Amino acid sequence: MATLTGTALLITILVIAAGTILTRALPFWIFPPGKQAPAFVRRLENLLPSAVIGLLLVYCLRYVDIFAGSRGLPEALAVAATAALHLWRRSTLISIAGGTALYMALVQHVF
Amino acid sequence: MVTATAAPARSVRALKAAFPLTLPVMAGFVFLGTAYGVLMQSLGLGAGWTFLMSAVVFAGAMQYVAITLFTAAFNPLYALAITLMVNARHIFYGLSLLKKMRAAGPFKPLIVFALCDETFSIICTAEAPEGVDRGMFMFFVALLNWCYWVLGSLLGVLVGGLLTLSTQGLDFTLTALFVVIFLNQWAKPGSRPSSLIGVVCSLLCLFLFGPELFIIPAMALMLVVFAISGKKLAGGDV
Repeated sequence: MATLTGTALLITILVIAAGTILTRALPFWIFPPGKQAPAFVRRLENLLPSAVIGLLLVYCLRYVDIFAGSRGLPEALAVAATAALHLWRRSTLISIAGGTALYMALVQHVF
Repeated sequence: MVTATAAPARSVRALKAAFPLTLPVMAGFVFLGTAYGVLMQSLGLGAGWTFLMSAVVFAGAMQYVAITLFTAAFNPLYALAITLMVNARHIFYGLSLLKKMRAAGPFKPLIVFALCDETFSIICTAEAPEGVDRGMFMFFVALLNWCYWVLGSLLGVLVGGLLTLSTQGLDFTLTALFVVIFLNQWAKPGSRPSSLIGVVCSLLCLFLFGPELFIIPAMALMLVVFAISGKKLAGGDV
């Protein structure tokens, strides 16, 4: 059960919300549209998107343990299937539906 | 006014362009949101608190971490520090979108407020189709994803106990979405070095620091690599 109630809970939630908004809005506050951002920041704008997508891919697989349990096999197979479908058909929805269907079958019936 | 079409028609077109891109997020968010609602309910926190968290914080991973804060002693400063650490990756989203968000016009504050991982990935890599207002397009991607998460959370609070486990694994839609977006980025030749740097830095830091702590070191490492690579990395068209 939650130990925080009432005002303490509300304050904690508002602090979490403020912190989250800060991380989302900070770059836009530091580099407003009217002001020329430094050269390195402008280079980052081109370099970061692809790198961040790579980071997110690793991020959503971060709890996969290749040394225990199913050893990351369902995740590896489903990621491979998603990628193969996408390289073959180039249809976002087919790739995602196919990969997810395989993953669900694997974690529910195989592993 | 010089605009040829009325505002309602323009918003419908933007909504129609945005909706298909958010379908994978719908599946993932309704499922994960429901799981979150069930968890909140089990802590004795009902629909009101769950709605507040999902609608105002709107950050999946942080909302799960927040549960550990709700079950500990009251410590707002610690809560702030944890929030900044878990959500530090958002700073890179803003830096990636500085130019693109200028097209967002009056929608910019709302899009920034709702800039979760999935919304960022979509608006960063997808362009509004010809003739569709870019600001409205980005706004609807953000709004739809926000709705899925809030509705999923409330669903979890209200009917959570009735659900069976046959949906186990449905959250893989979000992983698959990132696989697809990664491959789409990879198809742009100029962006391959950045994609590789992103994956390699993240994997390296994941092994070194573990799943709870790797994000900030990975971000720092990427900045270092980009800084020392000088102008050799031009970066792809995004």
